[in-house]
Amino acid sequence: MDQSLRERPVARLRGAGSVGLPEEHSPGSPLSVHDLTVAYHRKPVIWDIDLEIPEGKLVGIVGPNGAGKSTLMKACLELVPRSSGEVRIFGEPYRAQRKLVGYVPQRESVDWDFPVSVLDVVAMGTYGRLGWLRPVNRRCKGLAMEALEKVGLADFAHRQISQLSGGQQQRVFLARALAQDARVYFMDEPFAAVDAATERAIVGILHDLKRRGRTCLVVHHDLATVEEYFDWLVMLNMRVVASGPTAEVFTAENLRKTYGGKLTLLSEAATAVSKEAGGAE
Amino acid sequence: MRKGAGILCVFLFLATAAAEASADSWRDDFASVVLLRDYNTRLVLVSTTLLGIAGGLAGSFLLLRKRSLMGDALSHATLPGIVLAFMFAVHFTGTGRSFAVLITGAAVTGLLGCVVVLLIRSLTRVKDDAAMGIVLSVFYGAGVVLLSIVQHMPEAGTAGLESFLYGKTASMVRADFYLVSGAAVISLIASLALFKEFRLLCFDEGYARSMGWPTHALDVLMLLLVTLVTVVGLQAVGVVLIIAFLIIPAASARMWTSRFGWMLALAAGFGGASGWLGAGLSALAPGLPAGAVIVLTAAALFVLSLLAGPDRGVIARTVRARALKRRVERQHLLRGIYEVLEESGPAPHLAGDSVPLIPWAVLERKRSWSPRELRGVVRRAYRRGLVETMDRDGVRLTDAGARAAARVTRNHRLWEIYLVEYADIAPTHVDRDADAVEHILGAGLIRRLEASLPVAARPAADGVPASPHPIR
Ligand SMILES: Nc1ncnc2c1ncn2[C@@H]1O[C@H](COP(=O)(O)OP(=O)(O)OP(=O)(O)O)[C@@H](O)[C@H]1O
Ligand SMILES: [Mg+2]
Repeated sequence: MDQSLRERPVARLRGAGSVGLPEEHSPGSPLSVHDLTVAYHRKPVIWDIDLEIPEGKLVGIVGPNGAGKSTLMKACLELVPRSSGEVRIFGEPYRAQRKLVGYVPQRESVDWDFPVSVLDVVAMGTYGRLGWLRPVNRRCKGLAMEALEKVGLADFAHRQISQLSGGQQQRVFLARALAQDARVYFMDEPFAAVDAATERAIVGILHDLKRRGRTCLVVHHDLATVEEYFDWLVMLNMRVVASGPTAEVFTAENLRKTYGGKLTLLSEAATAVSKEAGGAE
Repeated sequence: MRKGAGILCVFLFLATAAAEASADSWRDDFASVVLLRDYNTRLVLVSTTLLGIAGGLAGSFLLLRKRSLMGDALSHATLPGIVLAFMFAVHFTGTGRSFAVLITGAAVTGLLGCVVVLLIRSLTRVKDDAAMGIVLSVFYGAGVVLLSIVQHMPEAGTAGLESFLYGKTASMVRADFYLVSGAAVISLIASLALFKEFRLLCFDEGYARSMGWPTHALDVLMLLLVTLVTVVGLQAVGVVLIIAFLIIPAASARMWTSRFGWMLALAAGFGGASGWLGAGLSALAPGLPAGAVIVLTAAALFVLSLLAGPDRGVIARTVRARALKRRVERQHLLRGIYEVLEESGPAPHLAGDSVPLIPWAVLERKRSWSPRELRGVVRRAYRRGLVETMDRDGVRLTDAGARAAARVTRNHRLWEIYLVEYADIAPTHVDRDADAVEHILGAGLIRRLEASLPVAARPAADGVPASPHPIR
């Protein structure tokens, strides 16, 4: 938990034109998206998305409800069909790189009354490595147990998953992705409905991943903590409003473009920004 | 779960062996082998048992994948296939009696029904359940119409076909037995081999897909498994009831366990048991429709599970809730008495003749108990030997009661302090009901907690720290 108290890492600048459109997929980039459009029932939800995420960053994805943040993640992971565009993970299509990608879905995406134990769920993270037909072995369980310890749920390993609180369930999903030991993590609102202590614990885990050179893309709603948590920021509202080092793109102007007329959110953001401005002086 | 599967394997082997043995030497004395003497009855019994095992497995997947309605649509959609296959067979071979041909037809239209559901779902915005309802009734309706047409065809004796509606086990022959055992073996192998894949798919399809598992292929496999069991079960249980035969054992199993593997094993067991019992009952009382009796047997097992299941069963839940309520009440009483006696000074004497009786009215106020409730609580404590007297004037603890009161109070106060001191991590660790705080918090932490109390409130001789907040 101490990591969260460390200084916010200073974002390194990777060329000034980070908001501009990348022409080529660079092989080193853990995620590069080119010209991506996704539609549900013929209504496009995200348009012409271009992104180039540098390796080893904690990347925040912000935007209002319905902005298409979950959709963007799902499209990158080929969970929803794309209307156009392409996505590269380390320069290759997702299909070829699945083992490198860990996904932490929104908690509401499963039925928590399902008859499995916490350990069983976390062990699912190792199935990819196991391959077809091979039963879950002791090694998998060991890895799962380690991941559970990291998120502080080791005591709950043998509970049925419905006997957990919402924040604990969130951490189970996180542990499952950790057990997978991926290089890029897609996390859809890991901070939703967790208390301050759990949030600190998750931030600690994120920093740990960053230290080990992993890249984390995190959908986030709390604008007050964006600057503290993330060194790269993607601001999304059906299109990419801005993408770049947090210090550069987290501006009142971009926030207005992202959140538009949503007044409460705007004022919330404004206070966050003014606080930041005050602190900088 | 491997254990459960092993038991199943052995059972399956024995059942097959028993039927085989009887086929070869059925004139011998085989009363010792199975319940009923008649070869055909026994064949039917073994077949329905195997069918039940296969159905329990396939049904568990349906239930956990939340596809029960899909299974229903599938089974109803088999009816037109059966009749069409019959017409086809009559036209080309002169007789429509081949079971294999009939169930092939059944499988074709059953799967077609599923495809139509999927098409409706992906091409229109009709909701899933509506799509399944539409497919179910339209296909079934078509089947009924075709059936009535066939019955008016001059060349065909169609007496057999109605048995597919409600199920008729008496007409099962040895070839059917092989089909059913084949289906059972296949579903057993599939559930064992694809155990982890199916569990992942049922629990979190999106995650499975993100990891690269071919979820569509797995879904198709699962559907094929259900189709297989459905069509071989049609003759015994019938189009209308087969879905119950798949789903009920699985639902019963869920009452007993919260583990995927055990649920499969138990569902197979329940399915097998209902097949065996149901077919046996209907054999003993000819004229009873087998399918209905089998399903009613499964339903009886379900009711039993609903009541007696150790985890989610009504009885277990009631008993647990009641025991918990009693324990909490008891602890409240003991702590209440302790706190009353404590008013005269820390570390009070709790038992013995010198201790004053505590008036009922005082205790009632402690917990806003009604006089009647309090009497009940004290009476139960008395029966446990915690309370010495319970006369008109008041209550006094026994020695055992005094020890319990001191322990309960101490633990309770340690928890309170712990919660105050470690509010951020506490909620996941606190177990107020635990008897031995040390086991959870460790002796070291407890010493620290006690030390963090103000000096005046340090534990007295009996080790009970003062309450961190004023006592009501
Ligand atoms: N399965 C679906 N079918 C049809 N429309 C959908 C579907 N999923 C999402 N949408 C629509 O797509 C848009 C973007 O949804 P998405 O879930 O990506 O938003 P989000 O940014 O994740 O929002 P939130 O902050 O609420 O999670 C919304 O307008 C939503 O109505
Ligand atoms: Mg979302």
